[in-house]
Amino acid sequence: MYQSVQTNRRDFIKKMAMLSAMTAAAGMFPGIIFAEEQERGIPTGAQLDWKKAPCRFCGVGCGVLIGTENGKAVAVKGDPKSPVNKGLCCVKGYHSIMAMYGKDRLTKPLVKKNGRYVETSMQEALDLVASKMQETIEEHGKDAVSIYGSGQWTIPDGYVASKLFKGCIGTNNVEANARLCMASAVTGFLTSFGIDEPMGCYEDIDHADTFVLWGNNMAEMHPVLFSRLLDQRLKRGVKIIDFATRTTRTSMAADKSIIFNPQTDLAVANAICHEIINNGWMNNAFVQEHCNFRKGLTNMGYGLEDNYKFTDKPEPVSLKEYKKFLEDYTPEKVSKLSGVSVKDIKYLAAHYGDPNKKVMSLWCMGMNQHTRGTWINNLVYNIHLLTGKISSPGNSPFSLTGQPSACGTVREVGTLTHKLPHGVVMNKEHREFAAKIWDVPAENIAPKPTYHTVEMFRALDRGDIRFMWIQVTNPMVTMPKLKRYRDGAKKEGRFIVVSDIYPTPTTDIADVILPSAMWVEREGMYGNSERRTQYFEQMVEPPGEAMSDTMQLIEVAKRMGFEKQFYYKDETHIEEIYNEYRRHHDNKKHNMAPLEVLKTQPGAMWPYVDGKETKWRFNAKYDPACSNGKDFHFYGKKDGKAIIWQRPYEPAAEEPDAEFPFWLGTGRVVEHWHTGSMTRRIPVLHQAMPHAYVELHPEDAKRMQIRTGDSVKLTTRRGEITLPASVNERGVPAPMQVFVPFFDENMLINDITLDSFCPISKEPDYKKCAVKVEKA
Amino acid sequence: MPITSYLAHPHEGKQQELLEELSAIEACDAVPAQNRDVIALVTATESKEEEAQLKIQLETIKSLKLLAMVSGFNTPKNA
Repeated sequence: MYQSVQTNRRDFIKKMAMLSAMTAAAGMFPGIIFAEEQERGIPTGAQLDWKKAPCRFCGVGCGVLIGTENGKAVAVKGDPKSPVNKGLCCVKGYHSIMAMYGKDRLTKPLVKKNGRYVETSMQEALDLVASKMQETIEEHGKDAVSIYGSGQWTIPDGYVASKLFKGCIGTNNVEANARLCMASAVTGFLTSFGIDEPMGCYEDIDHADTFVLWGNNMAEMHPVLFSRLLDQRLKRGVKIIDFATRTTRTSMAADKSIIFNPQTDLAVANAICHEIINNGWMNNAFVQEHCNFRKGLTNMGYGLEDNYKFTDKPEPVSLKEYKKFLEDYTPEKVSKLSGVSVKDIKYLAAHYGDPNKKVMSLWCMGMNQHTRGTWINNLVYNIHLLTGKISSPGNSPFSLTGQPSACGTVREVGTLTHKLPHGVVMNKEHREFAAKIWDVPAENIAPKPTYHTVEMFRALDRGDIRFMWIQVTNPMVTMPKLKRYRDGAKKEGRFIVVSDIYPTPTTDIADVILPSAMWVEREGMYGNSERRTQYFEQMVEPPGEAMSDTMQLIEVAKRMGFEKQFYYKDETHIEEIYNEYRRHHDNKKHNMAPLEVLKTQPGAMWPYVDGKETKWRFNAKYDPACSNGKDFHFYGKKDGKAIIWQRPYEPAAEEPDAEFPFWLGTGRVVEHWHTGSMTRRIPVLHQAMPHAYVELHPEDAKRMQIRTGDSVKLTTRRGEITLPASVNERGVPAPMQVFVPFFDENMLINDITLDSFCPISKEPDYKKCAVKVEKA
Repeated sequence: MPITSYLAHPHEGKQQELLEELSAIEACDAVPAQNRDVIALVTATESKEEEAQLKIQLETIKSLKLLAMVSGFNTPKNA
């Protein structure tokens, strides 16, 4: 949509209203195009140059076309050639270019001197970053420096960060905010299949008969994909089942809404497995041929203490033992715990168990931000494995991501402490393989992971880490139990560098602020939820001295003496980096498409083999990496078999009690991208959703005499916050639960959340802690 | 000064006719979808009474099959 000049308030509201109508239409008619509106406002006779890019925001990875004129991006429309969104955009996508033109865009490096920020040149700022990093290594050791990036890093950004820190400096202090959003999905895949990322793709939507959304408000978080589900309902009468802890827009649009008590998804998933086996719906041939049964340790704890460590010890179990375990999860027993009726548990199980129905399970933060996140991922895979409904069109357990390159950069490049682009740091062969491509001695790469994200910020607080470089993320809004980590970052003897495009609460803690080039102000690639890698070229110049995160890292690497490894030429560095990166995945299981292919089409899914992308992995009919001579080959595991895990229900780290009687959950809204640092600078989005709020159930609100707009005080063991109430508005929590979105930096809900995490994935649980609710 | 948005669904084959009728009303701003039979409609009136009158007028348009109100992003259950 064209970025109009500032209009008067009434025109502005009219524009918002028109956008509402179009957004609603998009939910009903996927691919709908309002070309007249999209092109309205483009100057008469304008000679726009339209170029393709993936959208800057969520992990769906919609293809957009960006119109530029006179060096400025002035229009956006959905790319009809993109198989992801087929011409459709959501409200954020249509306004994405406006995020580049906020008034307070950072254009000059800032260095803190005597408590005040002073402008400096980029060259001087980069000199300072390099010298401070070297000084810290000399004084405190290489594990005293760290980098914290994000799923919004482009693939080249993450790649050079990993190469510099892991390969050259020799520390595994590399983490990314994707730890906070999909680490449980990764460990779920690795434990069940031995290899990361979904086996299916978005095309599954066109084949499935039933969609089960596990704690996933797709209507707001993945609106374009959700519209594809709605479209299939119009065309084929598919069923959409929303299984959640809160009534949302998704629940309202679904055929059936089932509400469960927080944390009890573990029990319900096991009850579904119980029903599948008990009713004879198990696909015996598939399970016998392609699955093993395992159990792991239980009562793992919640990671609340510093230096918490956990390593699972898997043991084989028999089908008979597994059946015995499931006896504790009859629908009748689970109904009492979960609040889900026996009838609804059986209803869910019947959809999965019906041999004539293809079922797609979709999830995102509800399952991942969970103190037993790995387990609940395993349990949903169990359901699909027991029924053999996996790795074929329409039968698809599908973990969605929230960021444009959480898969492409964090999971595939491997910007987590234990990861390498191919494999893990603990594996000698993997280290040697990476070191050869990076042109560093193999012993440079440390064999042990260091700190996952929560522990990295704890280490900064303790003083074990002294230098942190934060790029394209806003942890001073997103970290749970935020106050501890904010205070820790401000302590004496810490040096923080922040690369971003706008001032944020995270730049507030910085010693050096580096202005970054955003999205199409530079060249790069993102990788979306369905293993699709998408390329975008530089379309406009970044403002002032802003520089891409890739180039900032290269410049610092050179200053630290790594010229040989960072040999890239200015004009071709992205191509050189991508070609080098592809070498890490040069095999049938993960081959990436060549750059020339990505330049000519709206992305390609890996594994890209012999000029073809792979839509359904592990299925011999579609996946050339299958080599066991059978119909399916789960080649991530040495014996080619997937694992059905025996995982019990365990309670949350902190549950409501007499003093803190409500559950508190947090999340997002459709208008804002994560912490709002970009979308809150887009007037139409900011006006549509100007501040955070606390949703209450109407019965609770009535009892407490709270109405929409009243101030409500929330108190947890970490602190308190006051927000305006929202009753019977967009979302409705269950009784004795409240929900707060986290996008608003003026109402930092994470000051009072808990930093418990899944012991296997180390991903925090933002969905569950105990809170006291009072009218303020 | 109410501003309200709708999706206007035409009877079969009547998209253009409906568009013309809506566009002729001063308080209406209508944008047709290019590839579906639906029109995004925004009405801007001076008072609630005027809005009610307009609603009655809209419902008399013969080419209009269904007028579905769409609330703003920040309004009660509506999506």
